[in-house]
Amino acid sequence: MAKPRVKVPNSAKAGEVITIKTLISHTMESGQRKDKDGNVIPRKIINKFTCEFNGTKVFECDVDPAISANPFFEFTAKVNESGTFKFTWVDDDGTVYTDEKPIEVN
Amino acid sequence: MKIHLKIAATAVAAATVLGAGSLMADPVDEKLIIDGQEMVSRTKAPEGHPFDEVLSGWLFRTEETRALETDTFSNPAMLGVERGQEIWNTVEGKEGKSCASCHGDAAESMKGVAANYPKWDKDAKRPINIELQINKCRENNMGAEPYEFDKGGQKELTAYIKHQSLGAPVKVDLSQGELQSWWDKGKEIYYTRKGQLNLSCSNCHEDMMGKMIRADHLSQGQVNGFPTYRLKNAGLVSVHNRFRGCMRDVRASFPKAFSDDLMALEVYVTWRGTGLSVETPAVRQ
Repeated sequence: MAKPRVKVPNSAKAGEVITIKTLISHTMESGQRKDKDGNVIPRKIINKFTCEFNGTKVFECDVDPAISANPFFEFTAKVNESGTFKFTWVDDDGTVYTDEKPIEVN
Repeated sequence: MKIHLKIAATAVAAATVLGAGSLMADPVDEKLIIDGQEMVSRTKAPEGHPFDEVLSGWLFRTEETRALETDTFSNPAMLGVERGQEIWNTVEGKEGKSCASCHGDAAESMKGVAANYPKWDKDAKRPINIELQINKCRENNMGAEPYEFDKGGQKELTAYIKHQSLGAPVKVDLSQGELQSWWDKGKEIYYTRKGQLNLSCSNCHEDMMGKMIRADHLSQGQVNGFPTYRLKNAGLVSVHNRFRGCMRDVRASFPKAFSDDLMALEVYVTWRGTGLSVETPAVRQ
């Protein structure tokens, strides 16, 4: 159900600061709501997001239940060499969603 | 009434001079560029239009809301459009067909199509919009159940089809069938006061355009970006839902979606946005 999407420029100059946008479709059920019979709907959210570049951590954050559905993260990174960005989203149920995007630096 | 309005206008002008111009919410002087493609968000009004210039609702929104629409990646409605694409390619109904079975790639077959809706439907002898066109196809060609209003993927599929016309200028051909008489009827509805608040569409979107209604900006009420992503709903909102919402807000009884009244209103209001680019899916407050 959850589907990750990322937007990274195809190429950049060495030392350039690039903008990265990521989005994952996810209901982000907060665990605070009840269904129509009064039972608590169990919490199910993305609780962690990380971005690595060639194995080095670029960005990481913990995500809490107040974050809306379909969480969107935008951040910048300085790139000095060609390589691959790897993105990871961790779901409460243990599922790990990943995506990768290469970038050519010249 | 006119005298009162003039006094109000003077007071606003005085406030602006004093540097407390928060009563005004003038449209911004900016260009809307979506993924590098420039949209027409400000254009000369067609003949017989009450305004000199037709303005997209985008110009009235805050900087943050405007920014969401300039990049389809940041536009939260694109998730709905993606869902619409899935529906387009999904086989449904007794005939074993999907939209794509007949229409192929929507990027080609639907390019610019939605910019000319509502159209005259010869079979039903009334105007037809994209939602009703989808239902007609589902019933006649796919052997599938028509969508109920706003249900089952109607908004998403409509948004996907209209998105193929992104940037195309809105143009309704009133010479088709009896469309002109529906335009007349729509105009009458637009200018008729209704509800406990006794307001017509024009009271807000024409008389008070560019001013604040409590904490919100009043735009011209254009429909070129529908189905629109509304931040307050956190989802796509169809044009007939918006019409009904406006009528509810003035505490009037509101007609059913796709009823004669709302179809006439859609014909007329769409015409009021002639020349604007289709912005579907737009992002608004």
